[in-house]
Amino acid sequence: MLKTFAELNFPGRLIAVEGLDGSGKSTQIYLLKRWLELQGHRVYFSEWNSSELVKAATSKGKKRELLSPTTFSLIHATDFADRYDRHLVPLLRAGYLVLCDRYIFTAYARDTVRGCPPEWVRGVYNFAALPDLTFFFKASLEVSLNRILDGRPQLKYFEAGMDLRLSTDPYESFRIFQGRILEQYLAMSAEFKFTVIDANQSVEDQQNLVRELLSDRIDLGKFKGNGVYPSRASAPRKNKWRQELVEE
Amino acid sequence: METGISRGISKGHTKRIPVPRPSQRRFYGYGIPGVDVNKLAGKLIVVEGADGSGRSTQIVKLVDWLEECGHGTVQVGLKRSTLVSAELEQAQQGNILSHTTLSLFYATDFADQLENIIIPALRAGFMVLADRYIYTLMARDIVRGMDEQWVKNVYSIALVPDAVFYLNVSPEELVQRNVAKNAALDYWESGMDIGLSRDIFDCFVQYQRLMAKEFERMQNSYGFTMVDGHRSVAEIYTDLQKQIELVLNKPA
Repeated sequence: MLKTFAELNFPGRLIAVEGLDGSGKSTQIYLLKRWLELQGHRVYFSEWNSSELVKAATSKGKKRELLSPTTFSLIHATDFADRYDRHLVPLLRAGYLVLCDRYIFTAYARDTVRGCPPEWVRGVYNFAALPDLTFFFKASLEVSLNRILDGRPQLKYFEAGMDLRLSTDPYESFRIFQGRILEQYLAMSAEFKFTVIDANQSVEDQQNLVRELLSDRIDLGKFKGNGVYPSRASAPRKNKWRQELVEE
Repeated sequence: METGISRGISKGHTKRIPVPRPSQRRFYGYGIPGVDVNKLAGKLIVVEGADGSGRSTQIVKLVDWLEECGHGTVQVGLKRSTLVSAELEQAQQGNILSHTTLSLFYATDFADQLENIIIPALRAGFMVLADRYIYTLMARDIVRGMDEQWVKNVYSIALVPDAVFYLNVSPEELVQRNVAKNAALDYWESGMDIGLSRDIFDCFVQYQRLMAKEFERMQNSYGFTMVDGHRSVAEIYTDLQKQIELVLNKPA
């Protein structure tokens, strides 16, 4: 049985956000991070699929469409393991608030939709502890689809789930694929105690709620820093209207 | 059937190439989604052993022999995938990957070859010779203290081979062969990353001893054929040939 970092007596706490592409989760975790760091808390932010060491292989695999469901799963697990062991765990031991844009549930949902056996996927990731708090941004499928499809008409192969041969039309494929991922998320929501946020609300209303819930669940006073933060000098967030999102 | 004999060569001069019967095949566990194991007609032959155990020498000879017999062959090995071999090599140079990360990187490399080389080649009726397989990868992980159940789950995607030969050579002899060949001991083959000793020579011997022990332990569950690797190249080759012939002629 997996445990949370609190249950494992880590001084740090891990907060994850999950949701469909276009659910607004990245905006929310970015604003949460800004708030926490400007309040002077020790905070570290990590994104899915961002390990420097593994990224080259992943992007080659994606560009050249070399990935199968199994290798797609394993290469993302490699990326995650690298970030987990080199960044997340040491920072959690050092007493940081670690914010993750996507966590193991993304893999559970995507890999399962791609046809990997769910127990195998869970087994691959069982070296990782559970988040202390997981926000699930639940937007209606139509809202998420519109947000992505309005801003970024060029869908990438794996992002659109084209490898699943759901449809020859990338947009149609994306719709079906996202619908299936949403089903997976909803099915595991109770098991992993997701804190569900209604992502059809305004950015501000969601952020108010997220900050309130975080303050309730985690004693933020324990995370006051000394003014030096590994994530402080982070670049401004990539904006989907100006640049392509990095993920997938 | 007469059509199986090459045109222009009279019957007396050419021996009919026997077609091996398809094996009863299965995956160790979950396997690869969507693959029908019953359609894999070729044979999967694995040669395991440390660096310097004579694996590559034997594989070269076996390929010559099998091709002379008229069998299509394909070779696979660790860190040879299109997908991640270059990146894995590069990542290893700095030695900053954790055991879990390195292990999953190797698993990705293995899965890519399994799906894109091993399975399609077997489907086409080829003899696949694997210069190491999941056993080395599993032994390395277990020797490094990783959870055995986790390792087994990761590699439950693998196909069960038709034969696995483990070339058993003592660590002392491996040292001799490695220094004679490369004038050095390899960092990873010495297990320097686990820090058994600061001294690479001592480390190599201790690490290879641990690996050999692990292989011995795994032999019970995976049924390797232990091959005494101290004998001459020719003796080992004859031994392997005999056992592979049995695999090729095995009734389904």
